Amino acid sequence: MKKSVWSMCGMCTVRCPIRVEVEGNTPTWIEGNQHILKGALCAKGSAGPALVADKERPQQPLIRKGGRGAGRWEAVSWEFALDYVADKLTAIIDRHGPEAIMASSRGGPFQDLVKAFTHAMGSPNYTNHDSACGRNVHHASISLFGLGRKGFIYDIKNAKHLVLFGRNILSSLRPAEVNQVMDMLDKGGRLTYVDVRQTLTGIKATNFFQVRPGTDYALALALIHEIIKAEGYDADFVERYTTGFDELAYFVENYSAEWAAKECGIKAKDIHELVGQLIADRPKVVFHPGWMLSRYNDSFYASRALNCLNALMGNIEVEGGLIFAKGAGDCGGKGPRSLTELSPKPTAKRADGVGEVYKQFEKGPGLFHLFYKAMATSKPYPIKGIICVRHDPFACFPDPKAQKEALDNCDLIVSIDTHYSEFGWYADVILPESTYLERDSMIALQKGMKPRLVMRNKAIEAQANTRDLYSIIKGLATRLGLDEYFPHNTMQDLWAWQLEPTGFSLADFEKKGFVEYADKPVLYDRDKLDGKFKTPSGKIEIISQKLGEWGFPSWKPYESPPKPPKGQYRLVFGRSPIHAHSHTINNPLLNELMPQNTLWINTREGGKMGIAEGDLVDVISGDVTSVVIAKLTDFIHPEAVYTVHGFGRQIPLQTRAYHAGMSDQKLMKGQLQNMDPVGGGLNLCETFVAVRKSSKNHQRKREL
Amino acid sequence: MNTYTLYLNSKRCIGCHGCVVHCKANKGLPVGPILCEISHERLKSVRGVPKTEFKFRSCYHCEDPFCVTICPTGAMKKREDGIVYVDAPKCIGCMACAGACPWGIPQHNPETNKAVKCDYCMDRLDAGLQPACVTKCTTHALKLVAMKEI
Ligand code: SF4
Ligand code: SF4
Ligand code: SF4
Ligand code: SF4
Repeated sequence: MKKSVWSMCGMCTVRCPIRVEVEGNTPTWIEGNQHILKGALCAKGSAGPALVADKERPQQPLIRKGGRGAGRWEAVSWEFALDYVADKLTAIIDRHGPEAIMASSRGGPFQDLVKAFTHAMGSPNYTNHDSACGRNVHHASISLFGLGRKGFIYDIKNAKHLVLFGRNILSSLRPAEVNQVMDMLDKGGRLTYVDVRQTLTGIKATNFFQVRPGTDYALALALIHEIIKAEGYDADFVERYTTGFDELAYFVENYSAEWAAKECGIKAKDIHELVGQLIADRPKVVFHPGWMLSRYNDSFYASRALNCLNALMGNIEVEGGLIFAKGAGDCGGKGPRSLTELSPKPTAKRADGVGEVYKQFEKGPGLFHLFYKAMATSKPYPIKGIICVRHDPFACFPDPKAQKEALDNCDLIVSIDTHYSEFGWYADVILPESTYLERDSMIALQKGMKPRLVMRNKAIEAQANTRDLYSIIKGLATRLGLDEYFPHNTMQDLWAWQLEPTGFSLADFEKKGFVEYADKPVLYDRDKLDGKFKTPSGKIEIISQKLGEWGFPSWKPYESPPKPPKGQYRLVFGRSPIHAHSHTINNPLLNELMPQNTLWINTREGGKMGIAEGDLVDVISGDVTSVVIAKLTDFIHPEAVYTVHGFGRQIPLQTRAYHAGMSDQKLMKGQLQNMDPVGGGLNLCETFVAVRKSSKNHQRKREL
Repeated sequence: MNTYTLYLNSKRCIGCHGCVVHCKANKGLPVGPILCEISHERLKSVRGVPKTEFKFRSCYHCEDPFCVTICPTGAMKKREDGIVYVDAPKCIGCMACAGACPWGIPQHNPETNKAVKCDYCMDRLDAGLQPACVTKCTTHALKLVAMKEI
């Protein structure tokens, strides 16, 4: 019998709404929810069943037998594994207190569960991966608007002009957003793309700027300068809703198009032309403030400048601009319950110092990398146990070797994941989570122009001895005597409890797979936006009061990034639409399409080193050398080399991904704590690597 | 007479290779056979922007298909509506079809030891649906176009 299940893709963190057809216990067809995506799905989305069928993911709980990372495992039962973890956690709590335990999970709609568990134990130390992703953008947005980076929806499809700084939007690939971009282009909209190299996004651009790496902030400042000089900004909006405009005008005085052209290695005439277009297209211009903007040591300020350009365009709460993300309350409704409501707020101070030592950072998930400091120094107190849920810090933060040294101070390392992560391979215990097609997830509210409730229903029963996250967490909570915080015995009970205040029921999801709070997009009256900006002044703070209080300037004078020494290059990384970073490299169908990455080298630079397309090259940083295939292109800045992130995996049980391609983060030697002091993001593009033709190239024929 | 063709709006296509996997997943294919391909030329600068366009190729469903003529068992067939397809039970996996096809289009499925190729997802068409690649194309750039008989 065939059945059809509404669910949510889990191949990447976009979490597209899907409909799955199932025969027996096999998913036979997955498509994007017709009501939202009209069927559209990316390559990864269709490769989900290949993940389920893959025997190269953990098939039952595993406990380490040899040394950490040695790869000797004992397969154990769930009861045994959960007892083991609970005993170790209890021992840590008894000796060091609950705050000696930290947990990390994916950001997004489902962080509740892990956060609630951390709090229930009595530890404040919940965190996630965001210091290697969007923290700079988030904090920049808060300093300006008083709202985080998810506080606005970008109405791209109705825009006349989309400006992207290093945001490779068509490869990073959120299908709904990609379709908005394509719709905008179909309607004659303009796309401006700024990057150190050409990308699948840039080939669709109207204007393309190949800038010197690390100079985004310079170009953004020049745009502000020229727009102000030409009086091309929305003066009424600026007057009404912003503070600090005059200071900004004064600050950018020296940052002209001519200056930026020199700094970025582009033409002043092209900048002027862009400024003309922006003024003509305003207010329907969207400056994307960046997504993964943990790159350079001024990325926080670059993002702040881009968002400030949004304010100058006066594009807030206008069609084709930035729209406030609306919640249930904006539609007169109530949101679903969250598990964190049940657990007590921990009183201990965070071990990462966020909110105490670092007042400038939002407490929420704190900053993962700072916990490594606490581990290594026992300051402010020791961290002895760590649980990572579907998060692989070795794949996302720099210098895994340094991370391992810090982790060696821990008594317990647990990985809860659907696949073998590099972190999991170093862990003491692997608790295998069921894949997204085999598990239910909690109900979540997605804010937007039309806020909605979304959920993931399992399409099939688990095909290996794996469990869904709620069962795993509840299993641990019960053993730790924390049952009262996780009172629901089944997902159905949990869902019903979550839905209670909303007035909706599970039956309401049957028709479309989601529930909407409004029929039409909800827009605020643009003349009454006072109080919508949650800054101290209630306005868009071009000069931020809070930054001032904490001793940081709202605008940092531009500093030219250093050029790499001779024979070295700045290592930058990015994404392919085929893989979701390290997560999918071993998926049989995706691996078939893209089994390894390459190193992009500027053609002329390659020529100087005698490197030809397809040659093997050594990429060297400190004591780490990676060998990878060279790809020569004219369309990368000569100071940079580029690779797709996620490869170079070293887990022998993942036979397809094992040692295929190179890993950028392993080359980021000594960069683990290289943090943007204001934004909290790691500076992931501040590593120089040496490149040379590898001795591993076939020199002469030696065999028959 | 051919009734259909697959048309790619290359302006919308983003080269994500979704279609390739949508096709394979729908047919339950293992690693090996790939029935449709996305390709592009090297980037060339057009008014200051390095550009390229994507091409989609599956099978041409030829008017007089060599693959059909050469097939020793009559497994490779052409339907009334022009779709050239493999009648799997009859296929012995000799791959003569691939040799005869000027583009080597038919692929070998190592799991079944039979030939497999694009059939415009005729089971889906017959059920009133669109081919897998068309239905799920990330940007809705692919269309199944019915050619008008002249
Ligand atoms: S973008 Fe692709 S992998 Fe990610 S959730 Fe959507 S369909 Fe799944
Ligand atoms: S799925 Fe669509 S957009 Fe992606 S490569 Fe195929 S045709 Fe192009
Ligand atoms: S397989 Fe080759 S010969 Fe046969 S119909 Fe297709 S393109 Fe023509
Ligand atoms: S029509 Fe069907 S068989 Fe042909 S390429 Fe598309 S998905 Fe594959």
